[in-house]
Amino acid sequence: MSALKIERGASSHSAYDLRDYHAAGEERHTLSVIVDNEAGVLARVIGLFSGRGYNIDSLTVAEVDHTGHTSRITVVTRGTPAVIEQIKAQLSRIIPVHEVHDLTVEGASVERELGLFKVVGSGEKRVEALRISDIFRANVVDSTLESFVFEITGAPEKLDAFADLMRPLGLAEVARTGVAALARGH
Amino acid sequence: MSRSMTGARMVVEALRDQGVDTVFGYPGGAVLPIYDEIFQQNDIKHILVRHEQGAVHMAEGYARSTGKPGVVLVTSGPGATNAVTGLTDALMDSIPLVVLTGQVPTFMIGTDGFQEADTVGITRPCTKHNWLVNDTDSLAETIHRAFHVATAGRPGPVLIDIPKDVQFATGTYLGPKQIAPSRYQPARKGDADAITRLVELIETAERPVFYTGGGVINSGPAASQLLTELVDATGFPVTSTLMGLGAYPASGKSWLGMLGMHGLYEANMAMHGCDLMINLGARFDDRITGRVADFSPGSIKAHVDIDPSSINKVIPVELPILGDVGHVLEDLLKIWKARGRKTSPALQQWWAQIEQWRARDCLAYKPSDKLIKPQHALERLEALTAGRDRYITTEVGQHQMWAAQFLHFEGPNRWMTSGGLGTMGYGLPASIGVQVAHPEALVINVAGDASWLMNMQEMGTAVQFRAPVKQFILNNERLGMVRQWQQLLHGERYSQSWSESLPDFVKLAEAFGCKGRQVHDPADLDDAIREMIDSDVPFILDVLVEKHENCFPMIPSGKPHNEMLLGDEIAADDIGSAIKSDGAVLV
Repeated sequence: MSALKIERGASSHSAYDLRDYHAAGEERHTLSVIVDNEAGVLARVIGLFSGRGYNIDSLTVAEVDHTGHTSRITVVTRGTPAVIEQIKAQLSRIIPVHEVHDLTVEGASVERELGLFKVVGSGEKRVEALRISDIFRANVVDSTLESFVFEITGAPEKLDAFADLMRPLGLAEVARTGVAALARGH
Repeated sequence: MSRSMTGARMVVEALRDQGVDTVFGYPGGAVLPIYDEIFQQNDIKHILVRHEQGAVHMAEGYARSTGKPGVVLVTSGPGATNAVTGLTDALMDSIPLVVLTGQVPTFMIGTDGFQEADTVGITRPCTKHNWLVNDTDSLAETIHRAFHVATAGRPGPVLIDIPKDVQFATGTYLGPKQIAPSRYQPARKGDADAITRLVELIETAERPVFYTGGGVINSGPAASQLLTELVDATGFPVTSTLMGLGAYPASGKSWLGMLGMHGLYEANMAMHGCDLMINLGARFDDRITGRVADFSPGSIKAHVDIDPSSINKVIPVELPILGDVGHVLEDLLKIWKARGRKTSPALQQWWAQIEQWRARDCLAYKPSDKLIKPQHALERLEALTAGRDRYITTEVGQHQMWAAQFLHFEGPNRWMTSGGLGTMGYGLPASIGVQVAHPEALVINVAGDASWLMNMQEMGTAVQFRAPVKQFILNNERLGMVRQWQQLLHGERYSQSWSESLPDFVKLAEAFGCKGRQVHDPADLDDAIREMIDSDVPFILDVLVEKHENCFPMIPSGKPHNEMLLGDEIAADDIGSAIKSDGAVLV
């Protein structure tokens, strides 16, 4: 509920202050959703996005509090400001949802993603791949004479950049976890 | 004190503890243990339906006419899938229902067992929440929670899927007071600053309008009283959506009639021209707004709603107030009175303008002494039932809109119609649900011939349970609204919109063991309506009406409020070009 601008908006906005809810520009928002860890809860969240035509750029979910039986779902989504507000409101009314936080607007946050990149090649390309992986502080987690699997953790843009560089060097397979995110400070 | 019992007995025990007096259902393999328990008690009445969709609509009729949640019990597989339309209907119209479905035993789930369906998966998007109960110990708690979720906040249907082994096994029963309070507690009080701001706007508005919806009805009868007090005290005009009819009495001096696609000219023009729109428990549905970009361009909009997702979903508003309409109205009245009950003197001019619109007499139609006009039939029904505490249900289509235009509602919970989903086949079962809840009341289903046939099997239920529902069928041998749209939009090519082999409704009534009558001469209409009203058994009145009557006024799809089509303005030659192609893609 705390992510909903309308909850306090009633008193904090002037009655005549109307922001343009139908602005054309799409924004990328990272939403952090605390839910009861119960059967079907992920299906409810995903079903909301597919059923109402919202975008999911990435989604991660895992139990974060075993005794409290709650999970954190991190969704990266895209939409106009009106759509983003609507997504948050719709998420908030799912019964097993405890909290919805919009990390993109609620102050600073940190986002991390883990990726595994398999690069196949030999000779100079193989050496170059290893050299670049060092620059990116990637770990080599598997190696054969013709391949590496690099593990890299960072902001999604860093993983994108790494993939772009590895492509001409024999990038064969990619696995990415999607974004996990938390607000900074406390 | 906790007690040990089977899951099946827990179901009955929990329903009794929740104050349930009636269950609408249909037995089957996966709910036999529960039916065995129902057999062995007398506190809860079971209404045996003829199709599970009927059970859900009956429960909706029960819920809407009593304010209490409706309860449904059906079996697994087809029992559950047949309930889906009713669930979706209840979700769209915010009707509290608790639906219990049987399921194959837990150890068979996922094996494609006989009459197995993924009921929680199928019903997830058409319930407010649903549960699959895996062990008997959590069954009672789940049922109590289900009643809370169905009725708290914005009401809606919930479903509990109960595998057969869970019904047979023994567990510990917990009463409603023995379980931990639910985390789900939607705020009911509105923000005091925001309400004060609304009072300020009310004090200075020159052209205000109240736009009320089903939320006022759902908030309870007190909300309707508060609304009436506020409207009468301010002298502001009030209009309502289809869902909200009856919240403000139609005989009240500030009543404009229904708004929207087939709403009244004066109501829509007031919405278009107002400077302050006060939305109380309505949701800016597309039937209401018409073209969003041109919706009420000059107004400040306040929106009171208990569901945060309704606010700014379609129409951005300047002043949102989250809360229960009844609570907000109470605070609003208090503050407005304390500040001196101020309104603008310009209100008089606004009413003068509205009276000009009203003088346009938008519901006028060409009378006939040879054929029964559907509007005339409803005017006579209104005249002959006025003053009685009357419950009306409808099917979906032209007859529904005419009923909303020509019947007048003096109080809440007297008007049951499928608004959001537009479910043909709703009215007959809903009327039975209403009659079961109010055995002595006059309950009339205003129907079209096509809609009525969709759940006509429920006449068997009406007869078996001696529910003397009156079926008022406006029979034009057409799918009237489809035919109207084909005339307006599709070059008068009437594709599949007529009924060539309708049953003889009088014989059908006799076949079901009740009474029927057909009327085609306007001179006989009053007598026929009186016979229907006076019948103490279910009655089908087959009113043969003008076959090609169109329902006006109408905001064509894709048009704003101030571009309504009025019935007497449209020459027969123009009717095919009344709607432009950009509006044709909309429904």
